[in-house]
Amino acid sequence: MQIDAKIVENREIAPERYKMVLSAPEIAHQASPGQFVHVRVSRGYAPLLRRPFSIHRVQGQKIEILYKVVGKGTEILSRKKRNGYLDILGPLGKGYRLPSTSKISDVILVAGGTGVASLMFLAESTLHAHPELSILVLIGAKNREELLCEKDFTRLGCRVNVATENGTRGYKGLASELLEKCLLLSRDTFKPSLFACGPTEMLKRIGEISRRHRFPCQVSLEEHLACGIGACFGCVVKAKSSTYTYKRVCKDGPVFDAGELIWE
Amino acid sequence: MMEKAKEKSPNLAIELAGISLKNPVMVASGTFGYGEEYAKLIDLNRLGAIVIKTITLKPRLGNEPPRIVETASGVLNSIGLQNVGIEAFIKEKLPFLREYVVPLIVSIAGETSHEYVQLAKRLSGEKIAGLELNLSCPNVKYDRKLMFAQDPKATHQVVSRVRKVTNLPLIVKLSPNVTDIASIARICEQVGADGISLVNTFLGMAIDVESRKPVLHQITGGLSGPAIKPMALRMVYEVHQAVEIPIIGIGGIMTAGDALEFIIAGAKAVAIGTGNFVDPRTAIRVIEGIIDYMVKNKIKDIKSIVGSLRCPKGSL
Repeated sequence: MQIDAKIVENREIAPERYKMVLSAPEIAHQASPGQFVHVRVSRGYAPLLRRPFSIHRVQGQKIEILYKVVGKGTEILSRKKRNGYLDILGPLGKGYRLPSTSKISDVILVAGGTGVASLMFLAESTLHAHPELSILVLIGAKNREELLCEKDFTRLGCRVNVATENGTRGYKGLASELLEKCLLLSRDTFKPSLFACGPTEMLKRIGEISRRHRFPCQVSLEEHLACGIGACFGCVVKAKSSTYTYKRVCKDGPVFDAGELIWE
Repeated sequence: MMEKAKEKSPNLAIELAGISLKNPVMVASGTFGYGEEYAKLIDLNRLGAIVIKTITLKPRLGNEPPRIVETASGVLNSIGLQNVGIEAFIKEKLPFLREYVVPLIVSIAGETSHEYVQLAKRLSGEKIAGLELNLSCPNVKYDRKLMFAQDPKATHQVVSRVRKVTNLPLIVKLSPNVTDIASIARICEQVGADGISLVNTFLGMAIDVESRKPVLHQITGGLSGPAIKPMALRMVYEVHQAVEIPIIGIGGIMTAGDALEFIIAGAKAVAIGTGNFVDPRTAIRVIEGIIDYMVKNKIKDIKSIVGSLRCPKGSL
């Protein structure tokens, strides 16, 4: 659906990283983890297209998005004031398929940068439905300052491990390397379900790890979108079929089984 | 009372290439899919007509990504006509659209004029309002150097051959990537086209300076959006002076004002393309804005302002 959502809050939570809270009752009610909203940041033509943001959290009638200022669109968004309105479409896309307890006992979420956004919603929903599940969250960032949501995941009751590329906090290296290290230390019968969101290179590596270990793995892709609803076929990724096919990130995803994608 | 109510609602209905439209605002091919997605956001029956995303004989995978990049007030795309093919379209996509009363114009494209003929024949038995021959997709490269619409002979051949096999209203979508678009439009009219869609996208490109690579995998793509509006408008103006058949104006229409510019320049109808991406309600807003304009200016019938451009004395 398309609504004018009131901005309840728009706050810088880390350098160039913002959290925006929007009043959007209908979207809050329907949203599931991994889905996104498509936001018109400007009434003019600069930028022309909407910008997609994963739903970070649902709190009653409100939804939250988490974003990093990367260009003109997010820069404009970061200057939006409280009590203003934003034209948003949502909830859009196919989100994560929630882990069911009959099949698994362990869940690992791997987040890179602002990839924490959709995984927070997933962790909250999963624990709400299955409080007995054990969730391990691995968060990667360039440095300590850019690390997001560590405390929020801990507060939820997740175990959290952190990796920074410069080593200013936690493991020194990439989130995918931290995942390999955790798997090395675990027992052979350990069969977690993996959920990953972050830069494409990271997702590719996580996908490769899950393939080797035969762990089920869902990844949330980030793409430039035009329509955001599946009409224009602008945002496709290569996926397996008898040969290959192109799937729409906005409608067939953004969450895919890592095994169905053809990484290049 | 009756009289007053009549006065307040201007007549937006038009007859376009033999198709009755309740208003002149359509949605353009390739920007509206097969209608399913937008049906969740707007009432399709309020639209003048829907032009379905181009269908080909066989399913097409489309081009390798990246397929889309935003540019200043515009969008470059290189989708490459990804579609399910004619048979799946008729079986799986058309029934949904039939639930609506809005006229459906099906856009078709072939690699050869023979394929256009086959597609037209196949669709002639279906309950659709008309055909749009897409002779101007800039993102598919067959054995030919030029698009059909860049080659007067090829345009002549394909339009005349399709005309012979179908009674459906025939609209031809032309490319702006030509020197003299009016002469191509005249050919279409001469061989029996019922209308002209103007324009498809302008060829363009974007480069990532860090990697020095083209942003689009196919290097070039088609530019759409507000960036092309003045150029599209000029072409509608030129073609209007050259042909009698109706013109559908397309190119960066975002507001009722944009649509009215096209209508005044000579378009009998307009189609919203990229505007659908920016705001799914664009077409509805344009319809409402046109009504407001007509009421304000006491225009009773939209037809009275088609091609009503008042050129200054002494202008060429």
